[in-house]
Amino acid sequence: MFTLLLLACGAGESNVERGNREGVLHFGNGAEPQGLDPHVVTGVPENKIVRALFEGLAVKNPYTLEPEPGVAQSWEISDDGLTVTFHLNPEARWSNGDPVTAGDYVWSWRRALHPTMGNQNAYMLYPVNNAEAFATGKLEDFSKVGVKALDERTLQVTLKAPTPYFIQLMDHYSTFAVHRPTIERFGAATDRFTPWTRVENIVGNGPFVLKEWKLNRRIRVEKSTTYWDRDNVKLNGVVYYPTENTSTEERMFRVGQLHYTQTVPLDKMPVYRERGDSRYVNSPYLGTYYYLLNTGVAPLNDRRVRWALSLAADRQKLMDSVMYGVNVPAYSITPPNTLGYYPPKLIDHDVERARQLLAEAGFPNGEGWPGVDLVYNTHEAHRKIAVALQQMWKDALNIEVTLSNQEWKVYLNSVDNMDFQIARRGWIGDYVDANSFLDMFVCDGGNNSTGFCDAKYDEMILREAPRAKSREERYRIFHEAETRLMEQMPIIPIYTYTSNHLVHPSVKGLPPNLMDSLNLKYVWLDASAEAGP
Amino acid sequence: MWRFVGIRLLQAIPVILAVITVTFFLVRVAPGGPFDGEKAVVPEVKAALEAQYRLDLPLWQQYTAYLGDLAQGDLGPSFKYPGRSVNELIASGLPITAELGFYALLIAVLIGGLAGVIASLKPNTAQDYIPMSAAMIGICMPSFLLGPILLLVFGIYLEWLPVSGWGDLPGDKILPAITLGSTYAAYVARLSRAGMLEVLSQDYIRTARAKGLPEWQVVVRHALRGGMMPVVAFLGPAFAGVLSGSFVVETIFGIPGLGRFYVQAAFNRDYTMILGTTVFLSTLIVLFNLLSDILAAWMNPRLRQQFSKG
Repeated sequence: MFTLLLLACGAGESNVERGNREGVLHFGNGAEPQGLDPHVVTGVPENKIVRALFEGLAVKNPYTLEPEPGVAQSWEISDDGLTVTFHLNPEARWSNGDPVTAGDYVWSWRRALHPTMGNQNAYMLYPVNNAEAFATGKLEDFSKVGVKALDERTLQVTLKAPTPYFIQLMDHYSTFAVHRPTIERFGAATDRFTPWTRVENIVGNGPFVLKEWKLNRRIRVEKSTTYWDRDNVKLNGVVYYPTENTSTEERMFRVGQLHYTQTVPLDKMPVYRERGDSRYVNSPYLGTYYYLLNTGVAPLNDRRVRWALSLAADRQKLMDSVMYGVNVPAYSITPPNTLGYYPPKLIDHDVERARQLLAEAGFPNGEGWPGVDLVYNTHEAHRKIAVALQQMWKDALNIEVTLSNQEWKVYLNSVDNMDFQIARRGWIGDYVDANSFLDMFVCDGGNNSTGFCDAKYDEMILREAPRAKSREERYRIFHEAETRLMEQMPIIPIYTYTSNHLVHPSVKGLPPNLMDSLNLKYVWLDASAEAGP
Repeated sequence: MWRFVGIRLLQAIPVILAVITVTFFLVRVAPGGPFDGEKAVVPEVKAALEAQYRLDLPLWQQYTAYLGDLAQGDLGPSFKYPGRSVNELIASGLPITAELGFYALLIAVLIGGLAGVIASLKPNTAQDYIPMSAAMIGICMPSFLLGPILLLVFGIYLEWLPVSGWGDLPGDKILPAITLGSTYAAYVARLSRAGMLEVLSQDYIRTARAKGLPEWQVVVRHALRGGMMPVVAFLGPAFAGVLSGSFVVETIFGIPGLGRFYVQAAFNRDYTMILGTTVFLSTLIVLFNLLSDILAAWMNPRLRQQFSKG
């Protein structure tokens, strides 16, 4: 009878209410993670879980995004910017009690970079001397790679060039250490298929430990008892839900199944905003939505045509109508205020100038226009933006642009093979630095995809900026380089992304930031702040 | 009878082999590969990944190797979820989808069958038109519309039932089963009506009525068995259809079933997963078709006789 009564009571309590009572955060995580091996996984949902189970040498402060101590309690950078020495926290422990040592990092980075590992994020370690050569199989001797354990607690890293954002990279999971004995217990170091990350096997060094992993249902982690900073971890646990369908996720939030949603359905954003609902959090995100222009094919090989297309786009109108005012118009590739860096603004909505440039290019009032095709991957928002721009170009310049939607992988294939004239693209920065956007457009950049190539630009991005003596000087070089890039207009910037979440009022210590970066150590639940829906 | 089953099983082998072969080569023709992503993958990394999945071998060698693994029941490692095998992923999703499908068909047969029988008793009257119009709406109403409507009403406004999950909260299986079952209920209603109409015009029914049996006995004891024949024939393929076609319902309700894997595998170019689920589901379709044939034979004395002779 008593059990029945309990059951009846339990049924009435929502996840959020129970979570607030028990100190457990119920977290909408977007998708089922591919896995939990830091050197294998690639996506955002994986990142959120991996960073609860593991910790890097340095972590990002969620309020400032500046690095702060993680496994390393301090670090020094040599005057020439080429040597970084990390001092590991003597209290840093693996979840089985083993100490985290400098040797763990040397072994783990070898694994992360090993050519047979197939780590798609190995490039995060490329600033380390000889790391790229080792990862691409040109160098076999790992001892020549710039990472050394001077003793158990001192890790010395030699860089191939000064890399001002290097410490930030230590918070990326591909640079994390993994527990060697655990991995070797289940197979070779570079075997991707072993079950070492399963609940019963995994050993991590983060603030939480894995307790349950039900495929496509939930992943539950609990506060670690061995984590060096455990006294400051306020949550007792987190439950991650694979909320692939954004409408389902929003409904789960509304009925109290979730504290936090990964995103908000686009058509619901204006509803929450107009209501002034404080649970809806919209903030700038380090990403740019833009169109690639294939500068190798006519008529886009003419700079004036590229400028005309870009000038004729009324971005503000596009944002206000199609995007419900959720995102911010973009006029260059780097998002504004990327750790204090502001990109140049060369363009604005200017139909007169656009017409004039198009006429100069040989298409006065659209006469003789050969037609251009715009490719985007199948998605309602991409379609709406493309249709709106198509109409803007028609109205302003009297030119026809046809639209082709392609299934995701077909679209990726088209972009990869430069088999397009205009293609939709989005880019999210890997770290908070303009370099994460600007180094895409160096001549042989894997994500350049426009045919843009400028030796002077490469020189500035690859050699001058890294050697800059101060942040101001570096930003000045970036600004000049980005101006050169935008003068050629190989892309049409459209908007800067924003992150959108629904957050229950009881959730504290989870500030919005440019990286949408979450450090669970800072999060706590305040049941008294509970508000009605 | 056993000979019939044996022959049908033997016939199934070339069918399934053809499905494997066509699927194997078709997915390779599709543009884009499993390792393509928004960020370009370094060529050396891509090569290493391809080697780990045997994609560096000539296509025919990959094909024969796959068949070899398949013969041992190994569907290979998933591309999308490294560290998990396709067998494991199917095993995790199948029981859930099968349970969902079972409830959905149960609802379909109970509600649809009842509606069909009621309609057939007085054809071309209101008693016929009302359930049949409802059935037509059921067929036309897609689950991506019905699901959210049910969710809004019962989940959000009335707060009677959970809005997502499977077996986590009490009552969370009800709405998905109704959503998935409604389309099938509509089909069952139309099939059972047609079947019943045909049977009710037969001589033996007239005989039964002439003997003075009450109408409910005529329907339940004599007509129902023959009238439901088309429904039984439909159930086998329907169950296989439910297993492979529950994607939309699973997505709306956040159910960790097989349907999601099946559809997403194609988008992800998860070659082994596409093949694994296709092979698995086509085998099921063949088996369920056979099963419904056997069931139909068992219910139909004429066919039963043929089998026992043959």
